[in-house]
Amino acid sequence: MKELSLNILDIAQNSFKAEAENIALELLEEGALFTFRITDDGRGMTPEFLMRVMDPFTTTRTTRKVGLGLPLLKMAAEATGGELKIVSKDREHYPEDHGTVVTATFFTDHIDCPPLGDVVSTVLLLIQSAPFSPRLSYTHKKNGEEFSLDTAELHEQLGPDVPLDEPEVLAFLRDYLTEGEASIQ
Amino acid sequence: MKTLAELSAIRERMKSKVSVREGGNEYLVKVGMATCGIAAGARPVMSALLDEVSAQHLEETVHVSQTGCIGICQYEPVVEVFKGDEKFTYVKMTPEKMKEVVDSHLKDGKPLYQYTIGSM
Repeated sequence: MKELSLNILDIAQNSFKAEAENIALELLEEGALFTFRITDDGRGMTPEFLMRVMDPFTTTRTTRKVGLGLPLLKMAAEATGGELKIVSKDREHYPEDHGTVVTATFFTDHIDCPPLGDVVSTVLLLIQSAPFSPRLSYTHKKNGEEFSLDTAELHEQLGPDVPLDEPEVLAFLRDYLTEGEASIQ
Repeated sequence: MKTLAELSAIRERMKSKVSVREGGNEYLVKVGMATCGIAAGARPVMSALLDEVSAQHLEETVHVSQTGCIGICQYEPVVEVFKGDEKFTYVKMTPEKMKEVVDSHLKDGKPLYQYTIGSM
């Protein structure tokens, strides 16, 4: 992956597949430390699956037996001196509070740290894959400045009939996100 | 500065459109957005597709969506176009090729066979 925002797009899709109702994406930039965290209330993983999840030969995909999403992210984070942490509670054992939290940290002053890249496109495509649900919230904090967006606010304005994947809605959101991201740079 | 309140204007405009569209879109376009697709450049292809559908005002006839890995990772980015019983699989896509496909296939109904998997 050439940009961290591509890893984020890739990993966030696991939350959709886990049938989450709420997905929160947080980006935190403090000096040379960059952290992103994806928190969902999806079906979660059993301790057994969690132990195997970094293995490329563990995957939920059905088209082949190799899955590289998390291993690629772990490699990218560790190459900069950072790390990848996953905490998960599976639905069977935790019927009330199941879900997964993926936290990746990077040192952006390391020569092997990819740029964050086009985070606007990443957020936009995540919103596109959630026309009515799940609910997505996005927060980007950079050195004390903050920009956030919650799809619940969008539905409030658009009413119950307009899906977020309408091209006209996405075109508006691209401009809105671009302005919001620029405001914290 | 844009505000979310501007969305309510879109909501008003959509009121008339939504009812028209219930018959279903003519084309369903799916972009492969699994790890393999994303790593190969699917995100800018999807962005180009959405921009071009908007620019050409094809919202009434084209529905854009995402799909996972369909098993031909070496041909990513892959874009599938469905119309009725027909299916076209465009492979090794770029934003530029995507724009051509929108103009020729989705707008004028002429598939670009040189970009489909059969010609690889």
